[in-house]
Amino acid sequence: MIESDAFVQALQDIGVDFFTGVPDSILGGIIAELMERRLYTPAVREDEAVAMAAGAYMGGKVPAVLMQNSGLGTSLNTLISLNYIYQQPCILIVSWRGQGGKDAPEHLVMGEVMEPFLDTMKIPHRTLTEKTAVEDLRWLAETFMKQRIPVALLITKGVVKGLHP
Amino acid sequence: MQSRAMAMAALMELLTDQPVIICNGFPSREAQKIADRPTHFYMIGSMGSAAAIGLGVALAKPKKQVIIFDGDGNVLMGMGTLATIGALKPKNFIHVVFDNEVYGTTGNQPTISNVVQLEKVAKAAGYVNVERVREREDLVYEFKDMLKKDGPSMLLVKVNEMVEDAGRVMLDPPDITKRFMNAIQ
Repeated sequence: MIESDAFVQALQDIGVDFFTGVPDSILGGIIAELMERRLYTPAVREDEAVAMAAGAYMGGKVPAVLMQNSGLGTSLNTLISLNYIYQQPCILIVSWRGQGGKDAPEHLVMGEVMEPFLDTMKIPHRTLTEKTAVEDLRWLAETFMKQRIPVALLITKGVVKGLHP
Repeated sequence: MQSRAMAMAALMELLTDQPVIICNGFPSREAQKIADRPTHFYMIGSMGSAAAIGLGVALAKPKKQVIIFDGDGNVLMGMGTLATIGALKPKNFIHVVFDNEVYGTTGNQPTISNVVQLEKVAKAAGYVNVERVREREDLVYEFKDMLKKDGPSMLLVKVNEMVEDAGRVMLDPPDITKRFMNAIQ
């Protein structure tokens, strides 16, 4: 399991210096670490978070947005009619609820369709694993800077340490 | 009551190099026609997001006073952002809302801002200064005052439904981003 502080440090090391989002239990440890480092600006909705990220990017920051995968649905229009077409890159740290059909009912559909959904939205994505973490982060940094669009790193349960081990 | 374009022109006369985020629909088209400045960020989609984009700029650039030109339909759509701004209290944030009580770009369907007073919602959410104005001299007076004060501030301007004959935003979205970024560095 990846420690939350190591994960946050790795994001800072690739240049991310603006963090916003809406919490999820899988992301609890990461958000706690970000708050401890006074790096986290909470949003009330995921579409608001990606719009804040767009503004922060234009102000010279390298933004990341944390969200549960349900938030991809909420932020769809903003992602494609703002961040994507205006070429405002941001890193999406998305928790994969409903993966493998094992979760509460409200997560099952998005859990199943999330990857094809991201493909349809033309958002490059990759799923973080402990073994490939260094490569995953490198891919994230390169894709994000090269394509200047939102890029998603998917976090499954138990890969990054949560609040309650 | 004055038109939005007249009110907008009066405010633009008081602005120099401040970043201005302008909401989608007619407001961006009118702003481009009145004075196209590199410090303008014209939204063409993502309705409801003007204040959130402006908040991101304001947090990233705390020494710049960030101005939002918004509409009643846009504010109603992204009303949660009033709470985010009220809680974070960015001092460098001035939120101008041109309130014509209709969705103008889609054919003047009524919004609900005739009933819901948006500056009162902003005040309740934690905005420091809020004013509602109708006449040009009050608009200029209050905006000048807000430029001198710490925010977040909301200036709600009641305007009529008249629309300036203005074409679509001519710049490509990636060029709007680049030009705006260079201008506010």
